[in-house]
Amino acid sequence: MFWQKELECMPREELRKLQLDKLKETVQRVYDKVPFYRQAFQAKGVEPGDIKSLEDLRKLPFTVKQDLRDNYPFGLFTVPMESIVRVHASSGTTGKPTVVGYTQQDIVNWSDQVARSITAAGESSSSMVQIAYGYGLFTGGLGFHYGAERVGATVVPISGGNSKRQLMLMEDFGTTLLCCTPSYALNLAEEAHENGVDFSKLKLKTGIFGAEPWSLNMRKELEAKWGIKAMDIYGLSEIMGPGVSYECICQKGLHISEDFFLPEIINPETGEPLPYGEKGELVFTTIDKEGFPIIRYRTRDISILHEDKCDCGRTFVRMERVTGRTDDMLIIRGVNVFPSQVESVLLEIGETEPHYQLVVDRKGTLDELEVWVEVSDKMFSDEVRRLEDIERKLRQEINSILGIGAKIKLVEPKTIPRSEGKAKRVVDKREI
Amino acid sequence: MILRGEGMRVKQISLFLENKSGRLAEVTRLLGTNDINIRALSIADTTDFGILRMIVSNPDEALKVLKEGGFTVSMTDVIAVEVADQPGGLGAVLQVLQDNGINIEYLYAFLEKSSNDALVVLRVEQIDEAINILQAKGINTLKGEDVYSL
Repeated sequence: MFWQKELECMPREELRKLQLDKLKETVQRVYDKVPFYRQAFQAKGVEPGDIKSLEDLRKLPFTVKQDLRDNYPFGLFTVPMESIVRVHASSGTTGKPTVVGYTQQDIVNWSDQVARSITAAGESSSSMVQIAYGYGLFTGGLGFHYGAERVGATVVPISGGNSKRQLMLMEDFGTTLLCCTPSYALNLAEEAHENGVDFSKLKLKTGIFGAEPWSLNMRKELEAKWGIKAMDIYGLSEIMGPGVSYECICQKGLHISEDFFLPEIINPETGEPLPYGEKGELVFTTIDKEGFPIIRYRTRDISILHEDKCDCGRTFVRMERVTGRTDDMLIIRGVNVFPSQVESVLLEIGETEPHYQLVVDRKGTLDELEVWVEVSDKMFSDEVRRLEDIERKLRQEINSILGIGAKIKLVEPKTIPRSEGKAKRVVDKREI
Repeated sequence: MILRGEGMRVKQISLFLENKSGRLAEVTRLLGTNDINIRALSIADTTDFGILRMIVSNPDEALKVLKEGGFTVSMTDVIAVEVADQPGGLGAVLQVLQDNGINIEYLYAFLEKSSNDALVVLRVEQIDEAINILQAKGINTLKGEDVYSL
């Protein structure tokens, strides 16, 4: 099933023409309106007029997350604030988040993108959609909410957490589509099992899961436990939010909404674009966004693009599920976590050269974050309560910066292994 | 001459210990091979870590050896108090401190004795004030050197 068949199945030649027109318009606009882009283009010796074909995209400079921070909060917007109807933000590394903004039309387009995903998953206006993504600055909750309403489905905006209530409403309302992170879906399934929920009475038939990496094994497990079709969805706030790419019923990769986003795969070391079929870093350029367009944004996500036509009839390029990152970012319960965020907290409590490590593990079905901190002379005290005070302070600060809870573990010096003098900041023990 | 305040402080070695096997043994091994004797010790522990506190025969050397051994170590001043080895002995000392508004962070006992009295380590915030008050009440505190060489 299609939400916008004429676009989703557009012949590629026609699509490329549409993309080029939109790209030219976007490039001219960011050049005219955003000093950051004008300077970056000039530094690379490129002008909007140089973009004559889609291949010319590679002449443009990359944009990275730091650029968003440098222009905090609204410096990269191309419209006056009175045209912005919503902002979203992701947690920052030094307390300042990265902020994105949407016009009314952007929200409509985003809703259409999510609607494509919901429709491609086999759901429709008669669906009961339980949205268990977090609502708020995170794009997950509201992104799905508007998409599901756009489809005309009935939305249950329950947000994350409170599993017993989730299960009660799922049963009583007859939820057909569950939207949340895959790990939370697994967690809910276990709770349902423990609470003696009769799965045969549930009307659930589809899950759209995203905001964190998951594996084929997890898909199998989710499909078996719930008796549903488990669909993948991809997105990031810097580009739009959930729905940048979505899976169809063939489950052979995620279709990128190419009428809105130009994908590239690059060699993360050299920045050189790679051909279809090769593994590298995903880069996106938005070509139809009013509030916050972005040029060649380096996602740090590793994937592969495929151009061959899918059995579903969609002509959009498919990306394979993200297999890793080119940086040390962790995704824990859908939240992006950078070691540098933890470091900033340690620096704040007066540690000049903190030694720490983030250890993430999956206990049962939920991810747990432990932050190991080596006790320095400065931090140490002969009194238990002072060390416990430090533990408590670290826990509170880290919780407030990351937005998720972490267990603090104080360890002896040299406990955290150093490789070539540099400590390993992240240990991911999750088997997903 | 009665030594007051500063002169009566005793150096205590404190050390951070993770709750994992073999760590305490490593501390005692390091001290042993460096000919350092432990006079008194206590461990305060939580579910995740412990703090080992010791009075040793040569605190400066112990600090150096343990630091080189990769431990987080610090030196803190404490008071060594003689307590009558009889029921109510410790109580009398604590009463004096309480009457004068001095809070005790923690305390522990020596195994050895300098005389017929028992010997107790006291950790307080206002250390010189505490020493003066105890001495004024006729309670004997020991000099560092006397404690290290017990």
